Amino acid sequence: MSTNTATHHDDHGHPTGIMRWVASTNHKDIGTLYLWFSFFMFLFAGALALGIRAELFQPGLQFLEPENFNRLTTLHGLIMIFGAIMPAFVGFANWMIPLMIGASDLAFPRLNNMSFWLMIPAALLLMTSIFVPGGAIAGGWTMYPPLSVQNPSMSVDMSILALHILGVSSIVGSINIITTILNMRAPGMTMMKMPLFVWTWLITAFLLIASMPVLAGALTMLLTDRHFGTSFFDAAGGGDPVLWQHVFWFFGHPEVYIMILPAFGLISTIIPTFARKPLFGYASMVYATAAIALLSFVVWAHHMFTTGMPVAGQLFFMYSTMLISIPTGVKVFNWVATMWRGSMTFETPMLFSIAVVFLFTIGGFSGLVCAILPVDIQVQDTYYVVAHFHYVLFSGAAMSIMGAVYYWLPKWTGFMYDETLGKWHFWLTTIAFNVTFFPMHFTGLAGMPRRVPDYALQFAEFNMISSFGAFALGISQLLFLYIVVKCIKGGTKADAKPWDGAEGLEWTVPSPAPFHTFEVPPTVK
Amino acid sequence: MSPNTNNYYVPSPSLWPLIASIALFLMAGGFAMQMNDIASGNFVLIAGVLVFFYLLYGWFRDVVKESLSGFYNKQVDVSFRWSMGWFIFSEVMFFAGFFGALFYIRNISLNWISQSTLAWPGYSSWTEFTSTWPTNGPAATQALEAMSPWGLPAINTLILLVSGATLTYAHWGLMKNNRKQLTVGLILTIALGAIFLYLQAHEYAEAAFTMDSGIYGSTFYLLTGFHGLHVTMGTIMLAIVLFRVLKGHFDSHNHFAFEAVAWYWHFVDVVWLFLFIFVYWL
Repeated sequence: MSTNTATHHDDHGHPTGIMRWVASTNHKDIGTLYLWFSFFMFLFAGALALGIRAELFQPGLQFLEPENFNRLTTLHGLIMIFGAIMPAFVGFANWMIPLMIGASDLAFPRLNNMSFWLMIPAALLLMTSIFVPGGAIAGGWTMYPPLSVQNPSMSVDMSILALHILGVSSIVGSINIITTILNMRAPGMTMMKMPLFVWTWLITAFLLIASMPVLAGALTMLLTDRHFGTSFFDAAGGGDPVLWQHVFWFFGHPEVYIMILPAFGLISTIIPTFARKPLFGYASMVYATAAIALLSFVVWAHHMFTTGMPVAGQLFFMYSTMLISIPTGVKVFNWVATMWRGSMTFETPMLFSIAVVFLFTIGGFSGLVCAILPVDIQVQDTYYVVAHFHYVLFSGAAMSIMGAVYYWLPKWTGFMYDETLGKWHFWLTTIAFNVTFFPMHFTGLAGMPRRVPDYALQFAEFNMISSFGAFALGISQLLFLYIVVKCIKGGTKADAKPWDGAEGLEWTVPSPAPFHTFEVPPTVK
Repeated sequence: MSPNTNNYYVPSPSLWPLIASIALFLMAGGFAMQMNDIASGNFVLIAGVLVFFYLLYGWFRDVVKESLSGFYNKQVDVSFRWSMGWFIFSEVMFFAGFFGALFYIRNISLNWISQSTLAWPGYSSWTEFTSTWPTNGPAATQALEAMSPWGLPAINTLILLVSGATLTYAHWGLMKNNRKQLTVGLILTIALGAIFLYLQAHEYAEAAFTMDSGIYGSTFYLLTGFHGLHVTMGTIMLAIVLFRVLKGHFDSHNHFAFEAVAWYWHFVDVVWLFLFIFVYWL
């Protein structure tokens, strides 16, 4: 390895073939790796979801043993969260943060590559756990004891260790990103001049560093309860299974914002471009993001209203949760106000962004409904909750990722994507998404429990509609894959700044962005 | 390879990240197999640990070389400082999770078990349980003999506090370019760390309870165990710093590795104080 240090960074070439990727210290290449990885995980976990929807197409048991149904829901959740959404945002952070703040790379390029390559063993452990005796982990992605302690399958241990590795990756990656933002900004790029995507990632990285170690602690307790005789989650030994829920959700709720704050950043970048107006209320957006992040640490028990808590505790968590809607409302207001009287055009990234504002807000409101204690006691563990978190995670996080991919594809590849196909992808995704998840509000309010492979006959029509929508949604994503590959292979040449309303340093470098950019930092006025 | 101190240092392609990934894959896979009584798990785990140590040796050697060659300008130094600070913050949160669990059990959930009036089968016998600390739980058949704070734990507290002072003494030596003071201070700190670890191992060996001993044993061994692991890592890091000092590395301006280890050592000290108060004493 000493030869590596001998070839100094003044050497502008890069290794070709596989070595370019496995040994990379380039933020753009590592960003690309992250984005492709997350896309394949997205398709894989989406295929698991189609297994769920195939089973739920009709009442009764058709395709899956109940145990396998549970494995599908569990792995779908774990892989979508840790394998698809989070790495996609890290991919954007890699590609765009150095370009946006005028830095030559991230602060620690080798650690950056390690953060990526740690995803691979974690994904392998999760995916191969399907084939071990006893089958994959089946207690839900939240891994509540006693099920997760009593399940004798080795897959539970593999999943725990996979999450440990992902935690290391996330913490290392976040330290890298936070250090980059605090220390690598170009001269003149003051904190309050940073693009909002950079701000949201700064705060997200803080959330990750504060919450992932708590998950590591919880997972360690779970592992020692399983194999080394401790009784953290066993009342017979003086522990408490609800303890897991507290520690897990202390991580879990910040995690929810880890998956949505960067999405807010993406939307806040795209909407001003196509409204051809500066972002309305930039400073209030920054403060709102910080407020959401801080509040996220004092709302965790709203996930456990029905598991036993004193009324004072329930009320505290109800009110603190509702408080979050204020900074979130500030954001939605600012996006709408940005579009107000703008000269808007509706290219694919803008379509996705507007859809996110609409659909995420629906998810936000249904979240507010769930926050109301007496209502939550009714809708807890029903499809209403499933509808709620898919409106924030799919039409909030995933669709903002899609919109941002279209937004920066010209910068990444040097070619324009196919606008007609992009619009097709948008409409197919949006319609299919709503067909899939909107009926779940109704089935949930009517009392259909989640994570059960069979259901009462009265839910049959809505479930059939949901399943049709899900398969349409899944197939539409193959179109997305085709559009991206087509764009990489060629097309209309993209200018350095293909969007006339776009602002930011990333548009001052050519398209495609050269391998090295901003080796001499630009000066920001 | 003349160092260019104007630009931020971007290292050339490196295989260490991939080796890290392989090491963690082997360690995690081997550990999962070992816990599930698959015989070959031990070999995979050991192989992973060996690759991991090779990785630590090789990657840090490269970083030390780069540092000595002057590739790290002021801005890189600031990056190191930020990142070490955030890393220690992540460690704080790791311990916070375990302390939170301890407080929840002691102040909330044990009371609930003792107030239980449920007469369901299997629960009825627990109506006799009263919430006290320490406890090994309502189903325990043997009395619990907890650890007294005023024996070894008090001595260990003193040792760690003194080790913080000797480390500062070493730092003063470095600032004054007094290499002898630096070396002596470091050797004293490492020795105190090693004595602490020896006494901690002795305490474990003599303890009347194990990890199996209900919630007291669980929280005691995981909290003190992870702290001990951190002291072990800190001692190894101090030994590496001492080794570098003896090779003539560091001067009064350029010694971030020393400072990072010192921060880490003081952090581990503070965690111990919390342990002493909440795990051993109160």
